[in-house]
Amino acid sequence: MFVLLVVMALCAPLYAKHVAHTTPDRNNITGKVTVGGEQRDVVSLDGIPIGPTWQGEYLLGADQNGRDVAVRLLYGARNSMFIALTATAITTILGIILGLLAGYYRGVVDWIISRSMDVLWAIPVLLLGVALGVSLALGGVKLGPLELSGDSLWIPTLIIGVVGVVYLARPLRGEVLRLREQEFVEAARAQGASGPRIMFGEIFPNIIATVLVFFPLLVANAVLLEAALSFLGAGVRDPDPSWGTMIGEGEKVIITQPALTIAPGLMLVLTVLSLNVVGEAVREAIDPRARVRLEQ
Amino acid sequence: MARFIVRRLLGMIFVLFAVSVIVFGIFFVIPNGAPENRMAGKQSTPQQIAAIRKDWGFDKPITTQYVKMMEKLVTGKNFKSYQQQRDVYAELREGLPRTFALAIGAAILWMAAGVALGVFSALRAGKKADFVVNVLALIGISIPVFWLGALVNHYLGYKLGLFPNGGYVPISEGGLWQWTYHLIMPWVVLSILFIGIYSRVLRSTILETMNEDFVRTARAKGISERRVIVRHVLRTSMIPILTLWGLDFGLVIGGGAILTETVFDLQGIGSYYADSVSQLDVPPIMAVTMLGAVFIVVLNTVVDILYAALDPRIRLT
Repeated sequence: MFVLLVVMALCAPLYAKHVAHTTPDRNNITGKVTVGGEQRDVVSLDGIPIGPTWQGEYLLGADQNGRDVAVRLLYGARNSMFIALTATAITTILGIILGLLAGYYRGVVDWIISRSMDVLWAIPVLLLGVALGVSLALGGVKLGPLELSGDSLWIPTLIIGVVGVVYLARPLRGEVLRLREQEFVEAARAQGASGPRIMFGEIFPNIIATVLVFFPLLVANAVLLEAALSFLGAGVRDPDPSWGTMIGEGEKVIITQPALTIAPGLMLVLTVLSLNVVGEAVREAIDPRARVRLEQ
Repeated sequence: MARFIVRRLLGMIFVLFAVSVIVFGIFFVIPNGAPENRMAGKQSTPQQIAAIRKDWGFDKPITTQYVKMMEKLVTGKNFKSYQQQRDVYAELREGLPRTFALAIGAAILWMAAGVALGVFSALRAGKKADFVVNVLALIGISIPVFWLGALVNHYLGYKLGLFPNGGYVPISEGGLWQWTYHLIMPWVVLSILFIGIYSRVLRSTILETMNEDFVRTARAKGISERRVIVRHVLRTSMIPILTLWGLDFGLVIGGGAILTETVFDLQGIGSYYADSVSQLDVPPIMAVTMLGAVFIVVLNTVVDILYAALDPRIRLT
């Protein structure tokens, strides 16, 4: 199911071009559309957008700017998937490195990493995300060669990626602490293997299972966090579509056109649900006794 | 034990200090962060801007500004927001009861429902009812709270008129009934996610505990099945759930309810935070974040200390 959603997202430009004949951010406030042989305003004179037409153009209706909701949903899927998958990749890489370092070297390194995680843990995720999102979007990011403008998709991606590290680094550290005392690590050390070599050659293959169990759940979490940030206006920025922003915009006109809120939300639920089901399956396949928990 | 507690307390102070530095840094290091420009408005003269800089101390070095802000945060004296220039603590006093009302009600609801569903599905593990609960729980943790809130508010509140359409009525104004009536939807919506999590965690803990030796011993002694479940299995299985409860409650109070508050227009500290962030108003942002961090850190520490006190196997480090 998740694969299906990804395929749909990848096909978004095809759909936009050949079925809906529009782009995700083309406004069409004054246009008309033929429904059942009858001409109708895309956005009526009192500002109410058209509801679902169930045909090629405006399949799911239009938003306040006369943009095609179905097309925006698909492009929103692209943005959400891109952000969630990239952010989770960042989380995974950082989490593995920090978990390995903290668990293997212990001492000062562990102290620094663990205390940083404590600090990150102490700031409510949403508050930190919103604060970073708003402040970074204002000024953009300039860090050496890395230069991002305020409305770049990379800003929410980086924020979500970094914020998620705690969820992964903590359990991995615990696992590495346990593994480093085992015989095969001692054997490698006796052979004169270096620290990084033991970490990545000996311990890393043993924590992959845990990482795999966490991965779908981290992606699900990232999708939800992205939607929440965008809903609060601190994530993806207009005119880029995102499910969270679409719900936020839809909520303003929910009385006249509830489809604008319902559609992106359903997409979100389906995506997250499919990820959670995958996560469940992976967990049962790998470790039936493990208890994994993420929270928002 | 005493040493352990002292160490944890020192750790808490360190974490809170680091949090304050991070929050301060986020809003002062960024370009365009200069608050005096926004405070003076669009049509302002350089003199006006300079005057504001001087009045509010924005011309001082960043460390001085940090120390000044922390001083105001701790003493609560003259701690005003940049935009409305209202006292931050007065605003918090207004918002906190609302957030507490939301959080306490929801926490009771999700605990009760989570435990009931968890026990129910554990006792029927592998049967149809267990499967249904499991699916419902999965759906519950997959629904974005703000979306659910918006829909419930629209259909049950606006369309059907079963519940008031958002808003908060203090007990002193509308009495206990109106207060509850306005909070029912937010409570339920905020609880859904946690009910899903708790029922699943409790289910798997109960199933694990059932296989323990002491449960078998209890059964062998001829105690009734009901008593075995309630007195032995459930008692042990509740420990992780209670831990989660403490941590999640801290999280919800400390800003986790920001989405629910926004959707239902409850004007608690979550909404206060959202408004302040959109105006880059640092003093309220700092106050709310620190408040959240204090709740989280204190509850974390309490849980840790309780754990260490209850379970001697945990190393006191």
